Amino acid sequence: MTQRNEMETTFLSLAENESFARVVIAAFAVQLSPTMSEIADIKTAVSEAVTNAIVHGYEGSCGQVTMRAVIEGATLTVVVEDKGKGIRDVSQAMEPFFTTHPEQERSGMGFSVMQTFMDALHVESQPGSGTRVTMRKKITGGLA
Amino acid sequence: MLQNIRDGSRLTVRLSGELDHYCAQRTRRELDALIADPGVRTLVLDFSNLQFMDSSGIGVILGRYRTMRDRGGSVAVIHMNRHIERIFHMSGMDRIIRQLDRSQEAADA
Repeated sequence: MTQRNEMETTFLSLAENESFARVVIAAFAVQLSPTMSEIADIKTAVSEAVTNAIVHGYEGSCGQVTMRAVIEGATLTVVVEDKGKGIRDVSQAMEPFFTTHPEQERSGMGFSVMQTFMDALHVESQPGSGTRVTMRKKITGGLA
Repeated sequence: MLQNIRDGSRLTVRLSGELDHYCAQRTRRELDALIADPGVRTLVLDFSNLQFMDSSGIGVILGRYRTMRDRGGSVAVIHMNRHIERIFHMSGMDRIIRQLDRSQEAADA
């Protein structure tokens, strides 16, 4: 098994790139021999983080989203970062069902999904300069 | 176009592909066109062909639930895989939307 590996990709904040980010993270995580369920968890959490960057970080304007991933032993760490408008109150944003866009039928479940599907979630944000979401998951490959 | 089967006042729509923020708008538009007919009283969403869903899908289901509820109708779901089912339960939608099992698929939902 790979002891340490890293990757980084930067893409424009276009909704088309949500599926791109999912495919990239799944392809990178495969070297940890994850189960189908673990792959689905990672793809879903990444999809939520990238969607947040596109919908909330840039609010439809075009900017860059960077996804970095690190494998250390059996642990995968994913960082999704944007240089968008940031979140004023991170703990409020992380409350289940909190949404600033109810008219767009946003469910307000993004952070809850990331929290549930990954082992650890850390959100740092600076209004006006962007948001960085760090997620960690230990991949058992069904051996746990 | 979404595959759909009409049986009296019941409309079953089979979702396919991936339901993320990118695909949500199109799915929403297509579902709304299908349920524009007030004769539709029960909307059954069939997930058997859906490969991926994140919380954007919750918004789509919840929006259609409101439309159907406002006309005295209902929404039910069927054939969710374990992963989609987890998101469904996490969002609390299982408290307002019925989940049909295989035996109820053809029954009067």
